[in-house]
Amino acid sequence: MSSKDVVLSRVRKALADVPDDEQPQDVPVPRSYLRVHGERTAVGTVALLADNLEDYRALVHHCTGDELPGLVARLLADRGARTVVAPGGLPEGWLAMAVADGVERVPDAPDVTARRLDAVDSVVTGCAVAVAETGTLVLDAGAGQGRRRITLVPDHHICVVRVPEQVVDSVPQALEQLDPTRPLTWISGPSATSDIELDRVEGVHGPRVLEVVLLAG
Amino acid sequence: MSGTYLGMPAFPRAAALSSQDKTLRGNLRHATHTIRAKRAKAVDELADWDRLREAGAAVKNRTLRHLDHYLEQVEAAVTAAGGQVHWAADAAEANRIVTGLVQATGETEVVKVKSMATQEIGLNDALAEAGITACETDLAELIVQLGDDLPSHILVPAIHRNRSEIREIFRDRMADWGRPAPDGLTDTPAELAEAARLHLREKFLRAKVGISGANFVVAETGTLVVVESEGNGRMCLTLPETLISVVGIEKIVPAWQDLEIFLQLLPRSSTAERMNPYTSMWTGTSDDDGPRTFHLVLLDNGRTDTLADTVGRQALRCIRCSACLNVCPVYERAGGHAYGSPYPGPIGAILTPQIRGTDSELDASLPYASTLCGACYEVCPVAIDIPEVLVHLRERVAEGGEVTRRGTRVKVKPAKGHAAERAAMRASRWLLDRPGALRAGQRALSRSRRFHPKRMPGPGRAWTDSRDLPPAPAESFRDWWARTRGEGRNP
Ligand code: SF4
Repeated sequence: MSSKDVVLSRVRKALADVPDDEQPQDVPVPRSYLRVHGERTAVGTVALLADNLEDYRALVHHCTGDELPGLVARLLADRGARTVVAPGGLPEGWLAMAVADGVERVPDAPDVTARRLDAVDSVVTGCAVAVAETGTLVLDAGAGQGRRRITLVPDHHICVVRVPEQVVDSVPQALEQLDPTRPLTWISGPSATSDIELDRVEGVHGPRVLEVVLLAG
Repeated sequence: MSGTYLGMPAFPRAAALSSQDKTLRGNLRHATHTIRAKRAKAVDELADWDRLREAGAAVKNRTLRHLDHYLEQVEAAVTAAGGQVHWAADAAEANRIVTGLVQATGETEVVKVKSMATQEIGLNDALAEAGITACETDLAELIVQLGDDLPSHILVPAIHRNRSEIREIFRDRMADWGRPAPDGLTDTPAELAEAARLHLREKFLRAKVGISGANFVVAETGTLVVVESEGNGRMCLTLPETLISVVGIEKIVPAWQDLEIFLQLLPRSSTAERMNPYTSMWTGTSDDDGPRTFHLVLLDNGRTDTLADTVGRQALRCIRCSACLNVCPVYERAGGHAYGSPYPGPIGAILTPQIRGTDSELDASLPYASTLCGACYEVCPVAIDIPEVLVHLRERVAEGGEVTRRGTRVKVKPAKGHAAERAAMRASRWLLDRPGALRAGQRALSRSRRFHPKRMPGPGRAWTDSRDLPPAPAESFRDWWARTRGEGRNP
């Protein structure tokens, strides 16, 4: 007998009390919990996102499309960034001003190793969806987001969220929009740990500075 | 690592020692009391908490009652997405499989994300025997590993260490494993975290093999989910070429949609956050992004035996949030090591005797390591009735009966007159000698009153005979909690 057969036969024996004709969906799952907590306007939802992001020490900025290249250039300059990873599909203009200022653009190519990324200062990406109730950004490796490693190894991540389009209220709404076949990373604030006396400290292995740009229009 | 638990003294003796350790008690008290209040606040934010909890329990029940179906679904989905699935009936087999997979890569160093399943099977020791170094990358696990220590809490394995002890460990031991601690390291948490970042960065960058567990596996899609804070998980899950995930068969949830329940329940229950900093989800392998080879090892190791017990089965719903540890008056006084397994606290007291059996003195004494106050049940996000299972297991220890061991029905003898009975007695007495633990428990008792028979079966009499069962307090646990926050009154 293979180990698979052993385990499955043990499971079946263990479940002798379950009637033979019971189907999985016969076991009731009451889904009376809320899809959204509270009522908000679209503006209110974006404001809640900003509040919750800040509560977990992300730095939140607001701007319009015209202002974005200047803002990105300033945020990079403020950190003294000289190199920035730009994933494929990132709108051209977003980095235009930073590049004009002399910041080197590093593409997200397969030959850019983790070690190379470790020497890069910053990364600029978009996201797939943002969750207001929890202050979460979800990246799905789609256009403008790149491979998972580029938002992990550099110490400074600037993530641009289009508001209100990309913002949902709740975790249930976010899951509805996401594709499980894509690699997904849910980010709520910068890297942190509660391992020293159960107290949250920001900054361990992931980016220690997370800046979120809420882009309107 | 579990190998080192072998030969540990039974709960009462270990607890008697650890409860005399003032530093340990102080560390534990400080940490658990901090997180209790935060958790309550995070939970109060959600008006539908009770409904989420009910749904979470129901989803897990559905999974468990049809586990064979879902296991086959997981295998099919993961395989279709490019992963390879292995089945391990016990710890030894899981260790063999993982060791073989690592050896096949030719690597002698692996990076690990904190995983209860790999602690349970003693994977690091098995790898070490094969000449493979497993580097723990979770901060608390690193503290435990560098300190040559054992984990004492599910979420924060080094909860028994305070910041100055952690500084000592980093200063003395980091150099043995790689990059030494920075000169002049102080004990501020931010500096300690920075030291860990520097120490581990090099290991992440060169790692070719990562080993993880998973918090959830979605049967319909074959998606694995790892919930973490530091980013060490993301490093291990995305940078290596090969990823091996060892996952208990009870970690399955049927559908993608079910994650909407657990991603709300888990972070608030465990770290008291609306959401933990990082959650990774992956389905098989993807081109150019993350490991090119992915292995999923499905682990039984006593879980099917637990499943066979219709009362004890509910322990398999556990999502390892550790909320029950943080509210437990016995855990707070005894410390995690006294439970003699990677699963301490109330969940350990019901899970360990089921997955390992109650043959050893230690395991037989675990069901007695409780005042049955019910605080654990109150906070459990999947509503595991821990007191009910404790009483059930006490009966089993005291009176013997039919159980399943490695898939076979066997009869266990009553503990009467055996070492197990004496160990259980001592566990009960240890509690009697801890007025603080009992009082904290008794104030909370009304909620679980129905689990208190007039006389405890067997060794429990050491408790019930020597004192009248406390009258159920007029206050409910919740009221008591709201009034006292667990502070002040219990020494
Ligand atoms: S038993 Fe419940 S409270 Fe305890 S760790 Fe498991 S899920 Fe959390």
